[in-house]
Amino acid sequence: MDITNFTISDILNGYKEKKFSVGEIIKFYLERIDKLNPELNAFVTIDENAIKNAKDLDNSLARKRFNSQPLFGIPLGIKDMFLTKDVRTTAGSKVLENYIPPYSATAVTKLIDAGAISLGKLNCDAWAHGSSGENSDFGNTLNPWNKDYVPGGSSSGSAVSVAASLVPFATGTDTGGSIRLPASFTNTVGLKPTYGLVSRYGVIAMASSLDSIGHFTKTVEDSATILNVTAGADGYDSTVAKREKENYLKDLNKDIKGLKIGVPKEYVTNALDKDTKQVFEKSIKTLGDLGAEVIEVSLPNTDYAIATYYIIQPSEVSSNLARYDGIRFGNDRSYFGKEAKRRIMLGTFTLSSGYYDAYYKKAMQVRTLIIKDFTDVFSKVDALVAPVSPTPAWKFGSKNDPLQMYLSDALTVPVNLAGIPAISVPAGFSENKLPIGIQFIGPHFSEKLLFQIGSSFEKKTEHYKQTPLLR
Amino acid sequence: MNIKPNAYETIVGLEIHVELGTFSKMFCRCKNPTLADKPNTNTCPVCLGLPGALPYTNQQAIESCVKIALALNCEINNSSFFERKNYFYPDLAKGFQTSQYLHPFGEKGYLDIQVPVILGTRQLAETPESKNDPGQARINEASAKRARMTKMINKRVGITRVHMEEDTGKLMHSTVDGKEVSLIDFNRSGVPLVEIVTEPDIRSGEEAKIFLTELQKIIRYLGVSDADMEKGHMRLEPNISLRVVGEAELPPYKVEVKNINSFRFVEKAIKFEEIRHKELLDKGEIPVQETRGWNEFKNKTVSQRSKEEAHDYRYFPEPDIPPIEFSDEQIKKIKESIPELPSIRVQRFEVDYGIKQYDAQILTKEKSLADYFEQAVEIGKEHKVNPQKIAGFIINKKINIDQVLPATLIKEILEASSMESINEDKLQNAIKQVLGENSQAVTDYKLGKTQVVGFLMGMVKRTLPEAKNNDQIREKVIEMLE
Amino acid sequence: MKIDVKKIAKLSKLTLTASEEKEFGGQLNNIVEYIEKLNAIDTKGIEPTAQVTGLKNVTRNDNYTDDMLTQEQALSGDKNVHNGLFVVDKLVDTNK
Repeated sequence: MDITNFTISDILNGYKEKKFSVGEIIKFYLERIDKLNPELNAFVTIDENAIKNAKDLDNSLARKRFNSQPLFGIPLGIKDMFLTKDVRTTAGSKVLENYIPPYSATAVTKLIDAGAISLGKLNCDAWAHGSSGENSDFGNTLNPWNKDYVPGGSSSGSAVSVAASLVPFATGTDTGGSIRLPASFTNTVGLKPTYGLVSRYGVIAMASSLDSIGHFTKTVEDSATILNVTAGADGYDSTVAKREKENYLKDLNKDIKGLKIGVPKEYVTNALDKDTKQVFEKSIKTLGDLGAEVIEVSLPNTDYAIATYYIIQPSEVSSNLARYDGIRFGNDRSYFGKEAKRRIMLGTFTLSSGYYDAYYKKAMQVRTLIIKDFTDVFSKVDALVAPVSPTPAWKFGSKNDPLQMYLSDALTVPVNLAGIPAISVPAGFSENKLPIGIQFIGPHFSEKLLFQIGSSFEKKTEHYKQTPLLR
Repeated sequence: MNIKPNAYETIVGLEIHVELGTFSKMFCRCKNPTLADKPNTNTCPVCLGLPGALPYTNQQAIESCVKIALALNCEINNSSFFERKNYFYPDLAKGFQTSQYLHPFGEKGYLDIQVPVILGTRQLAETPESKNDPGQARINEASAKRARMTKMINKRVGITRVHMEEDTGKLMHSTVDGKEVSLIDFNRSGVPLVEIVTEPDIRSGEEAKIFLTELQKIIRYLGVSDADMEKGHMRLEPNISLRVVGEAELPPYKVEVKNINSFRFVEKAIKFEEIRHKELLDKGEIPVQETRGWNEFKNKTVSQRSKEEAHDYRYFPEPDIPPIEFSDEQIKKIKESIPELPSIRVQRFEVDYGIKQYDAQILTKEKSLADYFEQAVEIGKEHKVNPQKIAGFIINKKINIDQVLPATLIKEILEASSMESINEDKLQNAIKQVLGENSQAVTDYKLGKTQVVGFLMGMVKRTLPEAKNNDQIREKVIEMLE
Repeated sequence: MKIDVKKIAKLSKLTLTASEEKEFGGQLNNIVEYIEKLNAIDTKGIEPTAQVTGLKNVTRNDNYTDDMLTQEQALSGDKNVHNGLFVVDKLVDTNK
């Protein structure tokens, strides 16, 4: 039985048809992790209870929960930014090298309550600071498509675990592109939901006004299945809107004929690498073939997004990382890596007395303008399509200057500043067989629409069926 | 040395922190702790500042804060938000305190207090010996105080702001394994805290104490906190400086004395600082702008210069808490829920019930006592008992209002008064009858056997059982015997 | 704008080596120079955005839970504890 590249719905169907047991599935994935993880370094901690938890689901009484638990027996990988009760949580940093939390993140609890089985914790850039995955204190995670290339960050382990079929889905956090960028570098589907749709409670905060809790899957359908579980208020995150529950699977099979999809001209510039541009243009053509009306639009303040983001984000980082003083838990502040230190100091500076108005307040004002760009454009089109990254994955060690690294988020951060949702879906490959993704962007709480567009595109292109060659 | 007495004027502003008596903490669902709780048993991920934890605001706490602001005649900001005050200290779990900076719930208020003004002092003779004898000097000082003639006047103290924040953990100091260490209990971390800041309108330790006493009364009236000093519900920080009398500008420095837990210590700390600053200013020095602590054992303030670094709190809007807005309607509703405050009640008791100001002040110290008095007055009306009598009875007999119902109190007053006033004619008739029936006793009395009076009184009481006032009966019996 | 790295490190409670100070100094100044491109935009009269949800008055009733951390859980992250308390280096004590 070769279950490599199984999606969540494949596994659920298999359970339904009694093709395999939960124990068999968990065993398969754990063996694959055993075999591939030593080199890929996606997992930093394996959950030792996985086999026992699987057995519990295999008894006849538990089996009855199959119909009520949407993720019954589905293996899961958890980005190490999510707290897991009694299971080490590091944030990819030596500061939390031995930290065992006394509680779990809401998102984790919801997934486990829905029947998912955690196989362990996934590597990431320390404190989710990074675009390449190279900032983890637990070593680089390798891109399964080409191990000389970065997997993208900060959710490096999450993207790689799904791309390499170590798990069918994994959680992630997206503050400035940390889900979409690695998804586009690994041929996976990455969802960054609307800010305030999924509770952040128990997820280690990076930049509180930007952090969005999402996930990686192989398909758009699986992405919708997961969001059905994680979305909604929990009474512990006061920025989560109390809204009526939606069924995100509902419009998956609806076609996109007549939908107006905008292409922001500021996203398609000469800065785009040749392959990325080619893949993007082909994708636009596909959308047209599917019946969508693709038109050029403008988001005039796009060029200011990185500067705005690199004021607001480090400011919030400097405050959020203040609790790591080594008194109540964890190691002291000397254990912070260089990137964390840089951001803490940058944020401390932009908030400091005499500079607040010039930097932080100014950035908050420009943020208003960037939001207005999107509001204006969504009065003309239903959604936007754009490249995720100006280039495909780059080689390890090739971007040494922090500012150059920051600029690789140019096409992802505007979405975070506006708090709107976006989904990165596989769109093709570069000449040297590196994955390239595109993102669909919609107004607040338009996830159902994004799934509809993404699913149409995915069914037509089927890039997700391509898997990296792994030995 | 040329020292001019009274050459300086004391300038004091107060910062007061009040812990609210809510059921739960400010931003989490932990129980608001009591001092009896074992250390670090009253925490959760939020107030312990664990990774990933987020705040969720307590509605009751913010309403209580607005209540205090309204009681202090503040303007209420319809639109407000929480901010992060960033600094590092081991008792601050999150590395920032969730507080308010730009838009406190209340600002620009005032509180009127009654302060004594000295009309004149009778100068006491000072002998050369007494000057050098500290014991004698103290006696002279006390006499001087007694010789002062004062009058109470109304004084308005400006309230700069009233804002909502959260408490920190509690630090203790100890020696563990031969090493001096500090210990932290986070039970208190996240308890709702209201900060009240006054204008520098206070001019002495005594005024500060009067202000604080009035404020404490108000907070208790509002029912938002027990304001129990012993339990640390109120923590006080006077900012003190001195200027030459007649100058209008604020002095170019101020000294903050941190975390004092009694009104008396505030008064003492201000007095201590007055003397310290005066000595420095007389030498032509400006006291160092710094934070000091009050040492209650040595009765002095001590410099905490080690803590004194340029503060830069890097305030910014708390991204984890949506803004708080109050409609005029809501503010009106909160305002209506505020009970009559003590100073107003004193006036009303004087005017409506005609009781003495001194009694009115005692009766209004606690809202429960004032309420009790008014209930008793209401019941007393039916029995024509006048309010001053009730006031006097409550105060002089030290009535335990938790044990004696107002109706019972009135009954007791009526019984006591019935002893006093029995109809004179009735009594006279009764005595006349008794004397007529006991001629032997009358003769004995006239022979000097005054002890028969007691016997006769007993006979009177038997004839007239409602006569209970022995003094009255004795007086009348003796009068009629003679 | 030149960043005073020493001062900012102290305010951030970070201890830097001399070489880190130099390295960060250069990098941070580059970044600050970049973010100053916002100066090109006229933001006069524009409301700052601190939050994107548009939510207001999200509060809870004043009820407490009995589901708090046990003392053991609260202290579980720290090795240096004494009688149920966290232990830190000696701080200022005004009553000494």
